[in-house]
Amino acid sequence: MSGHNESILREPLITGDNITYAKITDDILSPVENKPNKAWWIGFIVASLGALLWVVAVSYTFWNGIGAWGLNKTVGWAWDITGFVWWVGIGHAGTLISAVLLLFRQNWRNSINRSAEAMTIFAVICAATYVVSHMGRPWLAYWVLPLPNQFGSLWVNFNSPLVWDMFAISTYFSVSLLFWYTGLLPDIATIRDRAVGTRRKIYSIFSFGWSGSVKTWQRFEAVSLILAGISTPLVLSVHTIVSMDFATSVIPGWHTTIFPPYFVAGAIFSGFAMVLTLLLVARKVLGLENYITMFHIESMNKIIILTGSIVGVAYLTEFFIAWYSGSEYEQYAFINRSTGPYWWSYWMMMTCNVISPQLLWFKKIRLSIKATWILSIVVNVGMWFERFVIIVTSLHRDYIPSSWAMFYPTWVDISVFVGSIGLFFTLFLLFLRVLPSIAIAEVKLLLKSASEQAKMKQIKEGHENKEYVTEYIESLEKFDSVKQEDYAKI
Amino acid sequence: MSDIKYILGSFGDPDEMMHGIEKLQENNISIYDVYTPMPIHGIEAKLGIKRSRIDIAAFCFGITGTCCAFALIYFCAVIDWRVNIGGKPSFALPDFIPIMFELTVLFCAFGMVLTYYASTHLFPGRAPRVMDLRATDDRFVIAVDAKDNVEHTVIDGLLKDAGALEIKYNERKYISYE
Repeated sequence: MSGHNESILREPLITGDNITYAKITDDILSPVENKPNKAWWIGFIVASLGALLWVVAVSYTFWNGIGAWGLNKTVGWAWDITGFVWWVGIGHAGTLISAVLLLFRQNWRNSINRSAEAMTIFAVICAATYVVSHMGRPWLAYWVLPLPNQFGSLWVNFNSPLVWDMFAISTYFSVSLLFWYTGLLPDIATIRDRAVGTRRKIYSIFSFGWSGSVKTWQRFEAVSLILAGISTPLVLSVHTIVSMDFATSVIPGWHTTIFPPYFVAGAIFSGFAMVLTLLLVARKVLGLENYITMFHIESMNKIIILTGSIVGVAYLTEFFIAWYSGSEYEQYAFINRSTGPYWWSYWMMMTCNVISPQLLWFKKIRLSIKATWILSIVVNVGMWFERFVIIVTSLHRDYIPSSWAMFYPTWVDISVFVGSIGLFFTLFLLFLRVLPSIAIAEVKLLLKSASEQAKMKQIKEGHENKEYVTEYIESLEKFDSVKQEDYAKI
Repeated sequence: MSDIKYILGSFGDPDEMMHGIEKLQENNISIYDVYTPMPIHGIEAKLGIKRSRIDIAAFCFGITGTCCAFALIYFCAVIDWRVNIGGKPSFALPDFIPIMFELTVLFCAFGMVLTYYASTHLFPGRAPRVMDLRATDDRFVIAVDAKDNVEHTVIDGLLKDAGALEIKYNERKYISYE
């Protein structure tokens, strides 16, 4: 509210002049209320062809069993679990943005949380399909649940991290969905009240009869805050448990206590990279430059440097501990990783995850949309290789040299992976068409305090410290959506 | 005149709307409800609305989840079918913690959100109770019950003074009903 202005030193979160509440609604809803353009159709057709490939490859796996994959007696987990961990990791950024940044009162999350949460849900769907299809007999997938059965009842093994993982992933998926959908209610109501005819009826059903009364909003905010509070430890627990699938085993290369924090940092790292990959394109195509500004992009890049460096330190620590442990099996596992037959995947991982993100220390690179977009893809490639390195190189040379083997993916392995990317993008593109890609109500909250025009008004009132104003105007230089000439006179 | 059920003051700015609430309250005019496109901080105190107790519900649901998880695992792994894993104890509490935590979060989230939906009457397909269609877009709407507050011209004047862009007289409570 205008009663308390925000410090002039903070960069604006909404740029552009003449932004009103009505304009925010119009801008954000324009992809939902208008017919899709050519770019969307091209993207959608390519993505849905990918999704089709996924349907074919997964069906083929279900029909023929996992013998269709390139697994052998030595390497029993490969692209399936690599893909699973990769997708779950990508999903983590959504919860991090919507929950952790809410708890830390980082207002810049308001314009990116909605699409990041959507990304979480779609990524977890992709991950979950790997879990089901790698079971071999997916029609018996319910065996992971503690259900009474005719064997005794013989229950699931509650000491097993795989059972914990089933609880963790299903809780994570359903709680994320709940969090996302509850947040969507006011925005669906906005679409409903602007639509007519059948559209209105459909959105009316999905808006749950939202009215926007005082009590509704009060409870809504309480619910959001508590959901953020419980989602924060939840997201940490999920990837901790995913890492325990490996860490509690006795395989050299997996059996390390550093895995939980290292996996969580890696998950945030890859998740933010995927958010950037998606939003840099969406911002341009949907014309949302005023809401997803260069400040947002720079902030996400800073998180990528931080988490990328944590991951780098973890890699080095693992190596050091392998040497320091004095265990020759542990030492061999790591020497084999970096110089054995899979050396290229290890160095791919090191380059993409540790070395190239360091380029973001340079302001020019951090603020270049092209460079950021390319780096975000490089990070995701690197994070895929990280999981591949951990899984395949730890397994392929096991206890008896006579059983040492290599892993070669079949067309089914490749199609399931490529297809899951298609599925992900299909879902995301559909989301952009039917639901607002930015949380409308939350962005409106920022208009009177953190927007460029509110700050301009503050400057014009003339009560601000001159030095601060100069500093603020300098900080605006990085914005591609700010008209610099407006500030030349001041 | 008597057909009017609600008087709506439609504001374009949240601060002006807050000012309007103050004006009405100074003149002892009771406010039925306020509809806004975004949460307004500090409005509850002004309207004398009690704090939400949903956090208490959330805690109760959470603790139920913890207990259910413990009971389930204890029954399965300790009472009903002990599995001998290298002679280790069946009652391995540290191993129970991950699932106890997950179910705490699951019960807490679903319990709390369903309580929220129930107490605020939100469910799929519910007919929206909308007094002004722009209240979810760019207008901040104060609704005054016209039957309880008869001096309509006074209310009009007060709302306009505070900066209302538009005054509406609704003859039906919810215009969204067709």
